Amino acid sequence: MMIEVRNLKKRFGSLPVLQGVNFSIEKGEAISIIGVSGGGKSVLLKHLVGLINPDAGEVFIDGQNIAGLSERELLPVRRKFGMLFQGAALFDSMTVEENVAFILNRERKTSPEDIARRVEEVLDLVGLNGIQKQKPAELSGGMRKRVGLARAVIYHPEILLYDEPTTGLDPIASDTIDRLIIRVVQKLQVTSIAVTHDMRSARRIGQRILMLHEGRIYADQKPEDLFKSKDPVIYRFVNGISELKKDDEL
Amino acid sequence: MTSFAKQQVREWFDGVGRGAILCGEIASSLFRAKVAWRDVLYQMYFIGVKSQSVVAITGAFTGMVLCAQTAFQFHKVKMDTATLAVVSVGMGSELGPVLTGLMVAGRVGAAIAAELGTMRVTEQIDALRTLATHPIDYLVVPRFLATLLVMPLLTAESVCLGILAAYIVAVFLLGINPTYLWYNMLHYTHTNDMLTGMIKTFIFGAIVAVIACDKGLNCPQGAEGVGRATTEAVVYSSITILISNFFLTMLLQRLLP
Repeated sequence: MMIEVRNLKKRFGSLPVLQGVNFSIEKGEAISIIGVSGGGKSVLLKHLVGLINPDAGEVFIDGQNIAGLSERELLPVRRKFGMLFQGAALFDSMTVEENVAFILNRERKTSPEDIARRVEEVLDLVGLNGIQKQKPAELSGGMRKRVGLARAVIYHPEILLYDEPTTGLDPIASDTIDRLIIRVVQKLQVTSIAVTHDMRSARRIGQRILMLHEGRIYADQKPEDLFKSKDPVIYRFVNGISELKKDDEL
Repeated sequence: MTSFAKQQVREWFDGVGRGAILCGEIASSLFRAKVAWRDVLYQMYFIGVKSQSVVAITGAFTGMVLCAQTAFQFHKVKMDTATLAVVSVGMGSELGPVLTGLMVAGRVGAAIAAELGTMRVTEQIDALRTLATHPIDYLVVPRFLATLLVMPLLTAESVCLGILAAYIVAVFLLGINPTYLWYNMLHYTHTNDMLTGMIKTFIFGAIVAVIACDKGLNCPQGAEGVGRATTEAVVYSSITILISNFFLTMLLQRLLP
């Protein structure tokens, strides 16, 4: 088991966000996590990489429980992860090249020539080779996310996390990101977890979909089963219906 | 105690606790992680070189006004030639470090808090953490070391310019005899006066860096949060410098009489 979450609980002040989340993910699986906005999807994702400490419960990564580890103890665990943030979170004081090569420059184990070559490779993978010298402020939202993805994959992580990868993008840019994620997962053979409320995206990216509802995993199904589900909660969410009327056919 | 006062006290203790934890983390990072000296050098340029004009102007004009005011009072008791000695001791042990500390708190403390605060609200600090980089190692330690290293240099510059400007005012504007003025300054200014100032400025540098980094790293969400963190960094650093200066003066007077 690559990732296992047991009875994860988290509250912010008086607001309970996660109320006992349980699931597990095998190596190489591609998972989509769906749920309403503000329902705790991003909070759940951040628990997996230790960005947030749980109030209770356990998060196992490759058999190691990371709940309660110190920031310094988490560093080697995080080396297994690559994460694409909702707003890409590129370092705005650096060029695209410096952003993408950040971890390699920090580790100082790779020669500058090799770093330049690897930056070129990953920018090629995301279709943005040639923009190495540009600053993040000069890029569009879609381009920023693609650079964020390049930064996340350059050091060949075992697990890729995507936080709302298509939010705020037009349908064509969303399609590009979806295809890119699928290509990256296939090419690099990584375990991938995407948090999204974009149903089209969730269906395309995920081999399995987890639905977070009221702080718990409400459904854990294959996309084809989930989208055919007659369960009112799932049906309303995947079809974007705010309130079920009597004549709505389930 | 009213609930407002209780909240203020709680916030104050929270801040002190966070500052202490941050100091511990900085110490741990200095022992356990490699210091990125290139980043320290860059920060020294930003904090030191870029602060020179403001520190120089502050030092020079403070020296000038201190000289003029001292000379006006000393003239009444025919002690004009002791003016530069007062300026030298005052600038070296009190005004130089305090005013440099306040200027650096305003310019550098605000910049550090705003930069780290923006990084926090745009998830850049979380991105750093996912890239297996400790924010203390990468963001805080270089700024802390750079502030610590440049503060004595900036203070020395401010004190020298203050004395020089005071000398010019005393000799060329007020017509005080330069030989006695210079002799008295050397006679009444002791190494310990300057050492006191240097020790203080070192501590003020640490205060500015720790408070600014703490405010930035714990910045509330949104543009308002960044603005508040920046203001608090400047206000709290300035107040802490002023309060600690009194206690440091009393302590150092005993240690370095």
